[in-house]
Amino acid sequence: MKELIWLIPLIPFVGFVINGLGRNVLPKALVGIIGCGTVLLSFLLSVSLYLDIKAARDAGEVAEISRHLFDWFAVGNLKVSLSFLIDPLSSLMLLIITGVGLLIHLYSYSYMSGDNGFGKFFAYLNLFIFFMTILVMGSNYLVMFIGWEGVGLCSYLLIGFWFKNSSYASAAKKAFVMNRIGDLGFLIAMFFILSTFGSLEYKEVFGQAATLSVGDSTVLIITLLLFVAATGKSAQIPLFTWLPDAMAGPTPVSALIHAATMVTAGIYMVVRSNILFTLSPVTMEIMAIVGLATALIAAFIALTQNDIKKVLAYSTVSQLGYMFLALGVGAFTGAFFHVLTHAFFKALLFLGAGSVIHAMSNEQDMRSMGGLRKSLPVTFVTMLIGTIAISGIPPLAGFFSKDEILAYAFQHNILYWAVGFLTALFTAFYMFRLLYLTFFGEFRGTAEQKSHLHESPWQMTLPLIVLAILSAIGGFMNVPEALGGHHNLAHFLAPIFEGSNAIGSTTLTLSHSTEYILMGASVLGAIVMAIVAYNTYVSKKNIPVADDKAEGGLHALSYNKLYIDELYDAVIVNPLKKLSTVLYKYVDRLGIDGFVNGLGEFFVGSGKGIRLLQSGHVGFYIFMMVIGVVAILIYGFFY
Amino acid sequence: MGNIVEQIQGVPLNHYIIFCSIIFAIGVTGVLIRRNVIIIMMSIELMLNSVNLLLAAFSAYRGDPSGQVFVFFVMALAAAEVAVGLAIIIMVYRNTKSLDIESLSKLRW
Repeated sequence: MKELIWLIPLIPFVGFVINGLGRNVLPKALVGIIGCGTVLLSFLLSVSLYLDIKAARDAGEVAEISRHLFDWFAVGNLKVSLSFLIDPLSSLMLLIITGVGLLIHLYSYSYMSGDNGFGKFFAYLNLFIFFMTILVMGSNYLVMFIGWEGVGLCSYLLIGFWFKNSSYASAAKKAFVMNRIGDLGFLIAMFFILSTFGSLEYKEVFGQAATLSVGDSTVLIITLLLFVAATGKSAQIPLFTWLPDAMAGPTPVSALIHAATMVTAGIYMVVRSNILFTLSPVTMEIMAIVGLATALIAAFIALTQNDIKKVLAYSTVSQLGYMFLALGVGAFTGAFFHVLTHAFFKALLFLGAGSVIHAMSNEQDMRSMGGLRKSLPVTFVTMLIGTIAISGIPPLAGFFSKDEILAYAFQHNILYWAVGFLTALFTAFYMFRLLYLTFFGEFRGTAEQKSHLHESPWQMTLPLIVLAILSAIGGFMNVPEALGGHHNLAHFLAPIFEGSNAIGSTTLTLSHSTEYILMGASVLGAIVMAIVAYNTYVSKKNIPVADDKAEGGLHALSYNKLYIDELYDAVIVNPLKKLSTVLYKYVDRLGIDGFVNGLGEFFVGSGKGIRLLQSGHVGFYIFMMVIGVVAILIYGFFY
Repeated sequence: MGNIVEQIQGVPLNHYIIFCSIIFAIGVTGVLIRRNVIIIMMSIELMLNSVNLLLAAFSAYRGDPSGQVFVFFVMALAAAEVAVGLAIIIMVYRNTKSLDIESLSKLRW
């Protein structure tokens, strides 16, 4: 088994090649079988790897499998190898990627069955799984970077999957460009790491980092750059606006890439480099503040959105902000725990939304929905579980992970806790608002849509059910001691954080009673918010008004997404466009083109003038020749 | 050899130069003003031979035989040039029934 870990990325890649080449030839069933089957094989391999690691951890042995495939290149002192490292962290990520990936592949088989680009879609999905597994399995930063770039590419391809719609295509471009800004940070960080530590291998970098002192300025630069990379990939302020636009892609893509896996790559990277971040408290503080601000702003925007996928997108941004808050206050395990639970319930919610959209004949506006719980019972129940889970109501998954983060935030700074708590209230409100608007009340769509309402086929409901079960029980993998648990996940991941612990990392020192109060507060808040939402949207039937009837104040601010896109357009995009126009008009057209064309025109013109000399009279030619000779003679005589 | 050299040196060098320049000028003038192609060829020959004479004279005066060697080359080249030139003239005559240089005014843009 240990010899075969390279098969985990390879198998989906083979699927990508087959589906990509045969996308117009292979029958749909075969494409689906190849697409799902390759991911299934990878999933089985990942499970067996996880069991190996788990067994090694339980036995107290070194739970690490590293596999050196080949030396990629060696230049001077720099030697980079393509090698994989499986440890508790990457084995869990692999489970999420291939497991949730498998469910979403299965879901896509039905969801995308009517689409012309069916084969292309599965090829892209397989390619994504390939790159994502590379990202988490790499044993050095460069291999991670390959995956990092690759998933960005797949994200671009899949957001722009329906590229004939130009706004979808520009959403894809936006995502790509914004990710590229972050990638630049990653690249520069790698150069710094290389010049500081002389290697890109995790083991060597972290081993040498352990000897540095806290607050080292080089580490500060490295971690800040890595954080910039993470803000791009994981949609944090200021680079988060691409994620809501990324909802242009098919819904399974939103679930897989923009909720469960790719956007958590930034958190994975920070957790992986935890020792560097522990060495740099300034970066940690910045990370916590940025995460907190993102969580609050995105949750605030999500409160009034009417597009079902937009709500979930902003919710994802907000939850990612939560994870960065956790990283910033030193709760690495908490952040990763939230990655896991979030992967379950957010994938579930997206797939549920996809099921609703499917039933509503591609309608995404919640104002046209309502009362769907009778027609879509399975979707309703699973979405309900997902909503409760994300709102943080026990005993579902979100409660445990969110409360761990809030407890750490409370310990770090009570203000952080307050903002985090407010965000949690917002989260509960907008999620229940989504649920009520979609599934409760009267149906508000057209009669035609009503006649089409149907529960989705089993390929779509099965993933929903599995994810709902995982969302319900996922929290029990890391029950805090205050609730009689054993922090299983924290123990499992302990080897990853050994270096940080040696420097002095954060441990939760709150008394159990304080933790109970915090938990009680957030649970109570979530329930109150659920009731408030019920009052507003079900009892009072306070359906959001149409777009043209603007509401003032905070509502408008939230509805218009805080005008952040407009702000970016005004401050960055438009000045850049103007600069480009100026450069185009004056430098390119006038300067460069002018010079090149002018040179051509000069020779054409002078040729036109000079050819008149060639009159055809031989006598004249001879005469010119003699004049030439005389001229040369005179020249030679005088000089 | 020595005898010929002495004979050549019997005439002052300046005279050779002036004489050759005159013949060369006549050749150039002939090329420029005559319209008959054969006359032009002859004028070119005149120019070449004026130079030959000058080379021989300088060679004798300086006691350096390489000038005379060069004369042989020029003569060989002149012979080849005349052969090609006459062939061209014959072809021109066959085509235009004329030896007037102006009849070749097709060599233009």
